[in-house]
Amino acid sequence: MIPHLFRTEFSKITAVLCKLFGAEHMDVAEDIASETFMQAYETWSYKGLPPNPVAWLYTVARNKAHNYLVRRKTFLQKVAPQVRRTAQEHDEEDIDLSEKNITDSQLQMLFAICHPSIPREAQIGLALRILCGFGIEEIANAFLTNKETINKRLFRAKEKLRQERIAIAFPGKSETDARLDTVLKTLYLLFSEGYYSESNDAVLRKDLCVEAMRLTYMLACNDDTDRPEVNALLALMCFHSSRFEARRNSMGELVLYAEQDENLWDRELIGKGMEYMGKAASGNVLSRYHIEAAIAYWHTQKNDTEEKWQQILSLYDLLLQREYSAVAALNRIYALSKVNGNRAAIEAAEELRLEGNHFYHTLMGELHKYLDNSKAIGYLERALQLAKTSADKQTIQKQLEELRRIPVK
Amino acid sequence: MLIFRHQDGTKVASPEQMQVWMQQTREWIAGIAAKDQFVGGNGLPFADARVVHHKAVVTNGPFGDIKETIGGYVIVKAASVDEAVEFAKGSPVLQGDGNTVEVRKIARRDGIH
Repeated sequence: MIPHLFRTEFSKITAVLCKLFGAEHMDVAEDIASETFMQAYETWSYKGLPPNPVAWLYTVARNKAHNYLVRRKTFLQKVAPQVRRTAQEHDEEDIDLSEKNITDSQLQMLFAICHPSIPREAQIGLALRILCGFGIEEIANAFLTNKETINKRLFRAKEKLRQERIAIAFPGKSETDARLDTVLKTLYLLFSEGYYSESNDAVLRKDLCVEAMRLTYMLACNDDTDRPEVNALLALMCFHSSRFEARRNSMGELVLYAEQDENLWDRELIGKGMEYMGKAASGNVLSRYHIEAAIAYWHTQKNDTEEKWQQILSLYDLLLQREYSAVAALNRIYALSKVNGNRAAIEAAEELRLEGNHFYHTLMGELHKYLDNSKAIGYLERALQLAKTSADKQTIQKQLEELRRIPVK
Repeated sequence: MLIFRHQDGTKVASPEQMQVWMQQTREWIAGIAAKDQFVGGNGLPFADARVVHHKAVVTNGPFGDIKETIGGYVIVKAASVDEAVEFAKGSPVLQGDGNTVEVRKIARRDGIH
């Protein structure tokens, strides 16, 4: 049986039913989808798989949705005859589980979920639930929190969808650009959640990245949303995930970029990334995703050429001009050290005023290595104090041990 | 007969979990069938369950105080209760805390069970 078949089909059925019932009945859509898969479990466990499992699922889901609509119609006719007309709009043929309607419904749901009025964390949670078919516990694991927190977050987000009367539809042409911005940001964060997650569950981390890529790919395949920045984001995701296997060793510990085994980098994904980079280059738009994708591209080139670091440095300059972030500023310093040497980088770093940031101290430790080992150790010890996650602490500890082994001159 | 009692999974399980449970159940049954000791089985959906009480009072259910209800059963051919118990121990249902597998003989006309 296809891995994740239930999860994939759950997300398709839910999206179609949400679209059909309206965002305010999202819970009903989820319940019907859930019951469909429970029925599959109850039947297929004992009787084996039907010849066409997906068709079986769609028939069951369609019947359940139909029964719900009939019940709702009866209820409305009895309780509120004046709204009868809305209930009659649906008949069985409307439960359209064709590929086209599934994709359209999922894309429209994506826009509804990423409405600016919904907090970002809730957007990611809802996307994981409705568009990726994750369970509450799985989402809680991804966010390293508990089920109650996620349940509350999703509940409030759904309430917001109701209150704001957010339609499950494509925004108008003029509005698409602004809304697409939010959608891309959410997908970017969903991907980062997987890529940088502290969760020990490697499968889960990878799943988040794959799902973020699938949704971005869906946008790229749709005429209305096939924009340069969408392709740039997709390229960025491809370049990053090409190093997914190399980023952690068999113990699950982080492997620093400079120490990664190049043979573990996924060439096919790098190739895909190049392809999307090409598509992203059409038009006049230069988004932050373009810049980040270009930086990620240069990181897929293992050899430390002068050109590589010169390029990365100027790309970071560009990125910082558009949008300052401490992480980007520190990464720029690293590139600077590769171009102008450690002393120049140290001078520039001291001007950043990031003494409270453990990455700053880690970087300073790295830059002082061989120049002044005792200073380097001092920085790393401070970094160790400031680091919050065990993975970061582990990495710093390793560097410290290595430095302490170098004899004092 | 091995009778499974567990919670209604619709409210607690993710689609991914349901798929894993299904695959585990199928593997477990396949193991029994491979020894030619599997007779049959059925899942008993929680949806639309009813209980008919004394004086023909009908309620939705059986969703009372205990969360675990009969969710399915399989019938195996076993030489002894102990052998059936060994089969039961392998059931994936038992991964859930509070879930049980009840082992019962089926009465037959010839008195041999």
